[in-house]
Amino acid sequence: MSAVRTLVDLLAGRRDAGDLAPRDWDGVIGAARAEALLATLAHRLADAALPPSVAALFADQRAAAAVARAQALWEAEMARRALAPEGIAFVLLKGTAYAAAGLSCAEGRQIGDLDILVGRHDIGRAEKELIEAGWEWVKPDPYDDAYYREHMHELPPLIHKARDRMIDVHHTILPRTHRVTPDALAMIGDAVVADGGFAVLCPSDMACHCAAHLLADGDLQGGLRNLWDFHCLTRDFAAADAGFWGELDARAALHGLRAPVQRAARLARDLYGAALPPGWKRRESGDGWFVRRLLARDDWGRPTHFALQQAFYIRSHWLRMPPVMLAKHLWTKWRKG
Amino acid sequence: MRHSTRIAVGPVQFRIGSDWRAPIDALDRLYAGYPKDMARPADATVRLFAARPWRRWLRPSVHIGGDFIVPDALPLPLSMGLLAAEMGMNLQVALGWRRHMLLHASAVARDGRAVILSGESGSGKSTLAALLGEGAWRLMGDEFTLIEPVSGDALGFPRAVSLKNAAIAEMAARVDPARLGPLLAGTPKGDIRHLIPRADAIAAMHEPARPALILFPRFGGAAAIEPMAPGEVFVRLTEASTNYVALGEAGFAALARLVRETPAFGISYPDSAAGMALVEQLWAEAVR
Repeated sequence: MSAVRTLVDLLAGRRDAGDLAPRDWDGVIGAARAEALLATLAHRLADAALPPSVAALFADQRAAAAVARAQALWEAEMARRALAPEGIAFVLLKGTAYAAAGLSCAEGRQIGDLDILVGRHDIGRAEKELIEAGWEWVKPDPYDDAYYREHMHELPPLIHKARDRMIDVHHTILPRTHRVTPDALAMIGDAVVADGGFAVLCPSDMACHCAAHLLADGDLQGGLRNLWDFHCLTRDFAAADAGFWGELDARAALHGLRAPVQRAARLARDLYGAALPPGWKRRESGDGWFVRRLLARDDWGRPTHFALQQAFYIRSHWLRMPPVMLAKHLWTKWRKG
Repeated sequence: MRHSTRIAVGPVQFRIGSDWRAPIDALDRLYAGYPKDMARPADATVRLFAARPWRRWLRPSVHIGGDFIVPDALPLPLSMGLLAAEMGMNLQVALGWRRHMLLHASAVARDGRAVILSGESGSGKSTLAALLGEGAWRLMGDEFTLIEPVSGDALGFPRAVSLKNAAIAEMAARVDPARLGPLLAGTPKGDIRHLIPRADAIAAMHEPARPALILFPRFGGAAAIEPMAPGEVFVRLTEASTNYVALGEAGFAALARLVRETPAFGISYPDSAAGMALVEQLWAEAVR
């Protein structure tokens, strides 16, 4: 069995860590690192019987993830101090939001940039306040800068000059040129306040955004991690609220995201063993390609299935922009090398 | 991958895969005297690979990959495959290791106490440590020194010493030729030849040592000793650490304790003999 399959089975709880031969861990650890899931696996197997060196490595990973989580939440606090005095409300997204809300998928989850969502009317002020507070532009290329401002769902990325951390300021969750236009105002309006005082998306919107991020806005790089997020979110929300799946379906319909949400649910079932309610259990012919793409990683952590990866890369652009615009964009990018 | 081997240096078990046999054979020769545990899972993976299949044979060039990569790192010719492997191993430790605070520093130990030598490339820290390691000292490592956050002890990382340029002849004159790897001439870092540490240093690689002295060597100029204030030592070591920030509070506590408890000096020296004499002199004062 391939290492990435073993990784998925361990996360899903289908396979007992004690059954692995010592050298099986090479590939599992390599694949988990490549998929940014090593600390997640370390949490999942915190109580499992492991070879001593694996147990030690996993303990390192859990400790490092705890530090990274504190640093990510500190970054959110820095954004709050820059924006709150000016009355600019923002909603945390993705990893920082999961950590702020204390959700189970945040355990060991790598958090890269700080992602926040602000109302479109506030985007100019938010940018000005962040720059006054020490963030700087990192896209010096005028084409890239203009592209972000005209067509993307976020400002050009900013990095803080002292802390070297990136912030992505979104005004919606998919590019403006995307075939789907989620209702960002509804997302902001229905956001909820987590224990630490930060606003996060309400449960159904959080799952919608997670599915959109996984399936509608990229080439599925890091997809296993994003799918793990979706699996944990929906499992925990459904456990706390019996009506969750119904709310999720209604909310997905509002945002135009039913297809990605349903596909994410099916993939979570097929890979992580998610229990879905009746009505969600269809199979679709394309799902197999997604599974193959998500598992396209060999025992040395290298990407495999090059043609399939390319196909998903092209698909991501196809979803993100209309054909003529795509042609222009690729032409410009190609000329710039 | 087609060819692979496993190497344990200090606390890190590496798995190294390669599209070519030569770098793996060279590693196996260099690390033949290191303890091998073939059943132990790898902490870190290094990959040496051809960017395109035909580049395995046609002007073969070795790209360095693994768990962590440097996006725009230039490939090396196959004749420098051993250097590529060494760089790949260093990279995985520098970017991936979290159990200890990593200092980009060489170290030697005696009687369970360590002298840590920190400095830029060219400061002579590797050569000085290698020379001391041929005498009364145990070579702990020429590249990384690991600080255990809870105990404050130093742990060694005695990989094969990377001798550069003039240091090659200086060491070759003193050691058994069997302990030297092949000469890698004209690499981006100059001429390189690896020195296998003494068997007793390899055997003792898991033994911790209490930091006794931190030195910042500078090759060139008259012999001089300059006491260094804790603030400067702290800042210099944060710059010499590849994971200080990632370790958060534990890193701060470990480094603050190291600086507080360990006397530190800058030393300048015109030649290796003078450098070694300065280390011995400061050591005698520190352990008195």
